[in-house]
Amino acid sequence: MTDASRPRVGLFVTCLVDAIRPEIGFAAIRLLEDAGCDVEVPTRQTCCGQPAYNSGDDASTAAVARQVIAAFEPFDHLIVPSGSCAGTIRHGYPTLLASDSEWGPRAARLAEKTHEIMSYLVDIRDYTPDGLRLEGSATYHDSCAGLRELGIHDQPRRLLAAVDSLEMRPLDGENVCCGFGGTFCVKYPAISNAIVDEKADAIERSGADMLLAGDLGCLMNMAGKLNRRGSKVRCFHTIEILAGGGDGPAIGEKP
Amino acid sequence: MTATTRPGFKARSDAALANPTLKTAIDRTTGTAERKRAAALARFAEYEAARSRGSAIKDHVIANLDHYLEMFERNATASGAKVHWAATESEACDIVIRLCREAGAKRVTRSKSMLGEEIGLPDALGSAGIERVETDLAEHIIQLAGEHPSHIIWPAMHRTREQVAELFNADHKPPPADDEAASMVQSARHVLREKFLSADVGISGANFLIADTGATCTVTNEGNAELTTTPPRVHIVTAGIEKLVPSTSHAMALLRLLVRSATGGELTQYTTFHCGPKRPGDADGPEKMHIVLVDNGRSEMIANEFRDMLRCIRCGACMNHCVVYRQIGGHAYGGTYPGPMGAVLTPVLDGLAQSRDLPFACTMNGRCAEVCPVEIPLPTLLRAWRGRSWRAGLEGATMRAGLGAWAGLARRPGLYRMASGIGVRALRLLGRSGWIGSLPFAGGWTRHRDLPGPTGGTFMERYKAERGKRPEDRR
Ligand code: SF4
Repeated sequence: MTDASRPRVGLFVTCLVDAIRPEIGFAAIRLLEDAGCDVEVPTRQTCCGQPAYNSGDDASTAAVARQVIAAFEPFDHLIVPSGSCAGTIRHGYPTLLASDSEWGPRAARLAEKTHEIMSYLVDIRDYTPDGLRLEGSATYHDSCAGLRELGIHDQPRRLLAAVDSLEMRPLDGENVCCGFGGTFCVKYPAISNAIVDEKADAIERSGADMLLAGDLGCLMNMAGKLNRRGSKVRCFHTIEILAGGGDGPAIGEKP
Repeated sequence: MTATTRPGFKARSDAALANPTLKTAIDRTTGTAERKRAAALARFAEYEAARSRGSAIKDHVIANLDHYLEMFERNATASGAKVHWAATESEACDIVIRLCREAGAKRVTRSKSMLGEEIGLPDALGSAGIERVETDLAEHIIQLAGEHPSHIIWPAMHRTREQVAELFNADHKPPPADDEAASMVQSARHVLREKFLSADVGISGANFLIADTGATCTVTNEGNAELTTTPPRVHIVTAGIEKLVPSTSHAMALLRLLVRSATGGELTQYTTFHCGPKRPGDADGPEKMHIVLVDNGRSEMIANEFRDMLRCIRCGACMNHCVVYRQIGGHAYGGTYPGPMGAVLTPVLDGLAQSRDLPFACTMNGRCAEVCPVEIPLPTLLRAWRGRSWRAGLEGATMRAGLGAWAGLARRPGLYRMASGIGVRALRLLGRSGWIGSLPFAGGWTRHRDLPGPTGGTFMERYKAERGKRPEDRR
């Protein structure tokens, strides 16, 4: 039952979504199916390798990269609900494996068909969500890897514009890093804290009820800080809203 | 203090974070710089083309460095200047001190030069018993405070105007009339002018070395470089070899990028070309001009993964836009150069073991590379240092063991599933209210923020249950 118009996509869940907020993975499946894709979740996936990659352990990163490549190369597309994991697969893997005559070209081929989910929905599938309504206001933070490695900026805004009654509010410094940085936030907690504190100030100044972003790592950082400050701002991955999950529990809220 | 007792990066950055006045000072300067740069680029429609051209000019010179160095030496010599070569910072200082002694100098004036800071010239002059007068206003402040620059464009940006007023009140005779900026500038001018005119030697840096004319070019907004290089009998230039450009028009192409990226101006107030000593008939100028060309690790960079860093034109945009710099300021970095470009250069200059924190104290957000006018991929270069650090075994045992365990699991999906299932169940017990407020092995996280607990079983468990599928593979 291969339907040429229905691409077969492999969902790369990401380690954080797998452990902390599977709802994002299910939202991804719902949206991809709604956008006309056949979605599969290969079981031979764990993490994209960023903990090692950001620590300079290139050998471990390459081992994880080869595993991801092997698991996902049969698919038409690899789709990730994270700009930072997508950036690692698109840019990190081909660079890391460039001198490997077997894996280098395989990494390059996988990179070409790897997409962050919001950019895939808009740029490749020309998808607009239908019949969505959510009362309230939200502000959007551009996660750095998505913004600068993949050029994701307009796509989430275009998708969110399709949600009825949702007022989008501007965020001061929307393109400024939230201070997460993967291993950075545990290696230099005090600096990371100072950065996310300023981000939380800006989020609160926006007056929005909700904070949306496209990367769970950044969202956990900002949501965790907002909660510690006693803020009432609720945080969601953008695709949860797009899949109709805006009425459910936000990040950190009791399920 | 010796290297072993000198406070490390963490102690320095903690001290900086605990200093609200410093944060005020950083925010004022970098905030203004960011706004002005954005406005300048909005008016500069050809920016992207200029940026590519600027990068190409620098790459071309680096690829043909020998050729241009020889051309520069030939033309500078023909103009009457004397060119000296220094392989290391100590060689460079020795040459400058020798030239000062030959000139019988008791007092030298100096105009701001980061290369001078890099080679340790202020201290070397002090040890040689030569009085040093800093003519740049910010360097004058730094000198009075006994500090080092904290920014490559605004060396005293870590001090608020109020703090500068205190320094001037204590040092200037007579003290400034009040602590308005104009009175303080007036006071510094009064104190410095007289020294400008009585110095035996003037020492400057160079923003560009022009190969086809043999001239050196300085750009300032205060005019102090001209007063440093013109009245004294001897003018000494110290410059890194990467400052070479083929011709004056190439220098102007880079200057357009430099000024906009640094201050948001279109051109500096003073852009001066120094071409040899005073000639017969010239109204003024030094009797002798010396140019000390400094390598100090640069030719090694041509051949390694840090080559792109040689394009740097020292504009400071990367630090103005860096979230880490904007929290901790320049001194916390502990090297001559702070911020993203400093985190790449300091390990080159001081050794990786001394400065290993710097490439890691970065969130890899990429904004520095985005604003760099010569397209230096700073995060990629920082990552290269991380790789070197890992391969050299400089990473601590805890982190190595932790990553080793993680890598063992990440490469075995079946085992990973089991471990993550157990971990998630444990976290759920801790996070019954939704949030986890403290977690023993994640203290760095929970000291400052809460951790959202898992919302249920892992995605993979729930997916399997929902689809009624068995994983086809469990190794
Ligand atoms: S690295 Fe780029 S942005 Fe930073 S100082 Fe150098 S030229 Fe300017």
